[in-house]
Amino acid sequence: MSNGPEPRMENVFSEQDARRARQRAVGEELLRLVEEREDVVVLSADMGAVMADLRERHPERYVELGIAETNAVSVAAGMAACGFLPYVVSMGPFGIIKCAEQLRSDVAYPRLPVRFVARLSGLAMGFFGTTHHAVEDIAIARSITNLTVVAPCDEPSTRALLRSTVDHPGPIVYRISEGTDRVYAEPPEIRPGGLVTVREGGDVAVIATGVGVGAALGAARLLEAEGVRVRVLDAAYLKPLDEAAIVRAAIETGAVLTVEEHSLVGGLGTAVAEVLARHRVPARLALHGLPDADLEVATPDVLLEHYGLTPAGVAAQVRRLLAA
Amino acid sequence: MLERGRAASPEDLRRRADWIRLETIRLIDRAGLGHYSSTFSCAEILAVLYYHTLRLLPDRPDWPDRDRFLLGKGHVAVGLWPVLADLGYFSKAWLEGYGHLGSPLNDHPNMRTAPGVDFSSGSLGHNLSVGVGMALAGRLRGRDYRTFVLTGDGELQEGQVWEAAMAASHYRLGGLVAVVDANGFSGGGPTSEAMNIEPLLARFTAFGWRAVEVDGHDVAVLMETFDRLPPVGSEVPTCVVARTRKGKGVTLTEAAPQSWHLGHMTAEQRDAALAEIEARLR
Repeated sequence: MSNGPEPRMENVFSEQDARRARQRAVGEELLRLVEEREDVVVLSADMGAVMADLRERHPERYVELGIAETNAVSVAAGMAACGFLPYVVSMGPFGIIKCAEQLRSDVAYPRLPVRFVARLSGLAMGFFGTTHHAVEDIAIARSITNLTVVAPCDEPSTRALLRSTVDHPGPIVYRISEGTDRVYAEPPEIRPGGLVTVREGGDVAVIATGVGVGAALGAARLLEAEGVRVRVLDAAYLKPLDEAAIVRAAIETGAVLTVEEHSLVGGLGTAVAEVLARHRVPARLALHGLPDADLEVATPDVLLEHYGLTPAGVAAQVRRLLAA
Repeated sequence: MLERGRAASPEDLRRRADWIRLETIRLIDRAGLGHYSSTFSCAEILAVLYYHTLRLLPDRPDWPDRDRFLLGKGHVAVGLWPVLADLGYFSKAWLEGYGHLGSPLNDHPNMRTAPGVDFSSGSLGHNLSVGVGMALAGRLRGRDYRTFVLTGDGELQEGQVWEAAMAASHYRLGGLVAVVDANGFSGGGPTSEAMNIEPLLARFTAFGWRAVEVDGHDVAVLMETFDRLPPVGSEVPTCVVARTRKGKGVTLTEAAPQSWHLGHMTAEQRDAALAEIEARLR
């Protein structure tokens, strides 16, 4: 239970916490989908707190599978093979990482329209220990053929991405990290496979995903006072990745910084480096994220501050890049 | 449509199982490598399911009311391909390219390339979970298809199987049938030595299943067992523990089941094995 103000971290098993604005998006959107479409079913690996309304109103469309994530993914695959559109809701640290093989073999190879919703990814559960960091998941997910990988950066974009992808014929993973600054006033239009230009600017491009987008936007505001015009691009789609927009940003600004709440091994930064290498774009590139090292344990706000995934932290990275 | 429980004599099905063994030897011969002895152990099970038990519509592999069959022990797909071709799911000419570049028929079944495959397999331990999903889907849609999952006994060492077994009884999936080809061996040796999975009946019963033990080579018993499955809408899943012999039906593979888990017979061995089976079929 938590009765105080917006908590510094979510009690994932509290229905009361689940009713706070940031947490409501997934539960409300899934309820809406279930009510709009007769083929949607929601599978949970002990993540029912955010779906209290759905469980109550449509118990037959809510399948609780307990603390057995891998089974949940394969069960969803079986339902998808019989015409259903299953959404599997899991905790980030025990989501893509734990279920990589089921996602690959049972979902992605067969191109089944399973949706894997990994809440509390990144450092969102970082208080609980190193087991609860989910910072390798983008690397794993984007290496799986046929899998679409999206990462909302705030509550409106969570809603936008869940809504806009409903008819996508193949599998999707949603990497959601709820501990985010608000970026969008309302659910944005996000073109499938596109980068969203959150802010225009010609001096440097910051390509960010998830929590990184809010930090990048805050950094852009700080740097504006110093006369630096920062272009902020939201990589809501990590796969497919908008290669043309990345190349354009690199050519037009000559300096690219990537920002992510993920290991620097294999995540957005690596993906952008691959794009620039593939297209032989001569641009300065810096990667900002989490080190390939044992990470600290604390509440997410403290961890984000510690690792510089804040407006000030990103602004410092931009200054360093431009001084190079 | 091929109706459930359609007429077939035990003698026909025995011959059909031996035909599966013959075709398996021929296919592996062309491919250059394959799983002989674990295919031979389930030849009678495949014969009874496909030529007597399952409700099928080969002209429409995606017919929503078909009974589902999942080959959890996907490494015996070589025994499934001749059956699916014979039933008309695809041209028999496809068998010619089995195991070669570009063939839709692989060593393990791929639902995207081979009509009649209800789900891909290859990674052991997944398909019982997939079967739970299919059985749940059938109930939500009000359909009366059954979902059969053929697993190996070594496959039961995978923890996910037991997650699925829990979910199946929790959700009271009476239309779900697990058939265990209990041949006593995994790839590396006797199942009991690698990691004991017995007592299987007690374990499945403890997980909330109805469990029965049968001789997996006795086609009459298999027919009767599948004929007497509880109604699809009933509330307890069924596990048929089929006690089988790895390598069954060929002297060479029965004598050394482990050596022939994966292999390629020489021309002399192949001809002797074919002759042995053909003599029974005459």
